[in-house]
Amino acid sequence: MTTNVSHGEHHHSHHFDSAEHEYSSDKEGLWLFMVTEILMFGGLFVAYAIFHSIYPEMFSEGASHLDWRMGFINTLVLITSSLTMALGIFYNQQNQPKKAFWNLIATILLGCCFLVIKYLEYSGKFHHGIYPGRFLDMAVVNPVHQNLGLYFGLYFCMTGLHGIHVVIGMSLIGWVAVRTYKGHFNSHYYTPVEGVGIFWHIVDLIWIFLFPLLYLVG
Amino acid sequence: MSQHHVIPFKTYMKVAAALVALTFLTVICHELHLGPLAGPVAFLIAAVKAALVLLYFMHLKYDNMQNRVIFGSGLIFLLLLIGFSALDIWTRVQSMSTL
Amino acid sequence: MGTAAHGSNSNVNYLNEFKGIKSWLLSLDHKRIGLMYMISILTFFFVGGIMALLIRYELFAPGKQLLSPDQYNQVMTYHGAMMVFMVIVPGIPAILGNFFLPLQIGAADVAFPKLNLASWYVFMFGAAIAISTFFSTKVDTGWTFYTPYSIKTGTAVVAMVLAAFVMGMSSILTGLNFIVTVHKLRAPGMTMFKVPLFVWAIYSTAILQVIATPVLAITLLLLAAERLFGVGVFDPALGGDPVLFQHFFWFYSHPAVYIMILPAMGIVSELISAFSHKVIFGYKAIAYSSLGIAAVSFIVWGHHMFVSGQSEIAGVLFSFLTMLVGVPTAIKMFNWLATLYRGSVTFYSPMLYALGFLFLFAIGGVTGIMLASMGVDVHFHDTYFVVAHFHYVMVGGTLMALMGGFYYWFPKMFGKMVDDRLARMTFVLIFIGFNVTFFPQFILGAMGMPRRYFDYIAPYESLNKISTMGSWLIASGFLLSLYAMIKALKSGEKAPSNPWGAKTLEWQTSSPPPHFNFDKKPTVTGGPYDY
Repeated sequence: MTTNVSHGEHHHSHHFDSAEHEYSSDKEGLWLFMVTEILMFGGLFVAYAIFHSIYPEMFSEGASHLDWRMGFINTLVLITSSLTMALGIFYNQQNQPKKAFWNLIATILLGCCFLVIKYLEYSGKFHHGIYPGRFLDMAVVNPVHQNLGLYFGLYFCMTGLHGIHVVIGMSLIGWVAVRTYKGHFNSHYYTPVEGVGIFWHIVDLIWIFLFPLLYLVG
Repeated sequence: MSQHHVIPFKTYMKVAAALVALTFLTVICHELHLGPLAGPVAFLIAAVKAALVLLYFMHLKYDNMQNRVIFGSGLIFLLLLIGFSALDIWTRVQSMSTL
Repeated sequence: MGTAAHGSNSNVNYLNEFKGIKSWLLSLDHKRIGLMYMISILTFFFVGGIMALLIRYELFAPGKQLLSPDQYNQVMTYHGAMMVFMVIVPGIPAILGNFFLPLQIGAADVAFPKLNLASWYVFMFGAAIAISTFFSTKVDTGWTFYTPYSIKTGTAVVAMVLAAFVMGMSSILTGLNFIVTVHKLRAPGMTMFKVPLFVWAIYSTAILQVIATPVLAITLLLLAAERLFGVGVFDPALGGDPVLFQHFFWFYSHPAVYIMILPAMGIVSELISAFSHKVIFGYKAIAYSSLGIAAVSFIVWGHHMFVSGQSEIAGVLFSFLTMLVGVPTAIKMFNWLATLYRGSVTFYSPMLYALGFLFLFAIGGVTGIMLASMGVDVHFHDTYFVVAHFHYVMVGGTLMALMGGFYYWFPKMFGKMVDDRLARMTFVLIFIGFNVTFFPQFILGAMGMPRRYFDYIAPYESLNKISTMGSWLIASGFLLSLYAMIKALKSGEKAPSNPWGAKTLEWQTSSPPPHFNFDKKPTVTGGPYDY
């Protein structure tokens, strides 16, 4: 992913024929990377599905400990952030860097909002003795299902790995926001914004599945 | 610049509205207590939402075939992983119960 | 094949155009990055080889020779983990693939040169973590990190697992880079069915790297989380399933076996055609069989788990599916043999290594079919039969091809000829040493000697002695290779641009190639092996 920039005009790297050639190569690289993200999270979803089929009651008991309203609000937050991210690209395509910049900033703020809600949720869980796996406080939680810790092991792994991706995504958006502000992008060259956008949408995409699977179906 | 397709502002708004509506629908379905159908229905709605994000926000609808195949291949291999692992675990539980 | 201008000024090349350590460490040139991989991977190979010699020395006779049982477990773990994650998986793609993939398709570089350099740094970072564990509490789980032992042992499993995770990331980035390079940067006129077969092999490997490695990543992260936070997914005491770990692990690690062998097959295709001076027989069949092997590799992983408590139905299915691997593999074998038929074969050292590959890989492959049969595997599982089988494939296959590739492309990489008499001697030593080391292990395994044990009973002694002596022969062969190559670098004859009379594009530029590979972008009209 090359970033040869001078005076607002993008020059493609020497080993590509044209800017268009470079753009399509960059895009393909990005999609390949997204496949690896999908497969990595996919492993967790497979573990979820298998243990759900073995212990359905444990999963509904686990879900009953979660507040679906928190997950619901966070879903709306992330969907909105996906919209502002898409608009961040849209306004770069329209040669309106100011609007693009503010949309990217809004995306970062929504990401912060998501993390704050996540923090409240986590600390609430810890407060009630809900820790992953072996550390689940049996005396405080008093679970019906002996292996309830496994449900929360999965819960913390899935939302934790997702949270790490939110943080990475926010820093990447910060990077392209600065570059947008400096006027590095225009309707002919905005590949980094689009790449970061695709990453952020993947983060949203995974949450779209996490919300019903963890909070509602259980 | 054939590949630099610009999706109109209005489309983005419609997609976002649909995503919000589907999120409400998920919760409504949850409140209806659909029993054994709850899981599949929730998953189906999530899949529709995911498809909207992929096609419009991630521009896959206007992307070339190669990138669509690349993304689709990821899902196919995921199905292999879950398919064989689940096959083992389900048949394992059955053969244990006969003993 | 087609036209390509020779280097106009043969004194300026990628090795001497820029000077100083910084020009290497910050180089975006795929050739220099390939050499950086070469130096690091050969160093790791040297260390892993010493571990192997220690293992064999310990097994020279029953009872303790040199290592305590705990030390033996550690040495065995590091031998396996280093050879897999730091040598054979990255080996051919990162060294020869990096160097020759762009050259063979007539490109100036890989698609993402910065990412390529970053992959090397990520790889070295992972390797540094792995090596650092050796100086703390050494890992003793074996390279497979099977649960529940890996959750319970008091050693540095978390660090080792993170090291493998980081090196996996490097592998993903390399694969991603190569896929885009093959798709987008082929020279004008070079269709997918005009690229050399080495490119097809590296391309198939790259697909495996991108698709399989993320599952290893999440498996290793879950294992680390298991140890740090006790999440329970793989822990039977908490309702988890240790066999699920094996499913996840082998979903990566079986395709990883083909990440190791497919590039080797690509090299062999090049060597057999070049030294038979004949167009390769069945180009399309070989190209498609690379993809076929890559595809089949994803549906056979359960054959590692026949005795792990997997259900019988899954076992039977995996046993049956595993037989499918034999089909594309045999297609390749027969095509190579048909290429030799009526070719004007010359027996330079690279060709000897290629023929050695055919011989050893055939044994490794056929014993693989034996192990794929579930009934037979129940007997052979976790015995030295398995050890012999995969060393025939990994060492007899991959390392033989890697050595052949080194001797074949050495003139292009460094512009110097290796003394071929010395090189042929290294082949004799390694080939004989290899068979002396590993063939007795088939017999030992059939006699029931379990693998990974520190000690054994008296009836196994004589064969173990032979095996250990063989390991010394292999070691001397590799040391002689090192000598031959250093000698060539110092005082070797200057290499012409095409010493072997081969037809692929990399031989049409000067030796060593200029910074951007070709002075004039080549245009391709014919196939890669138009003799």
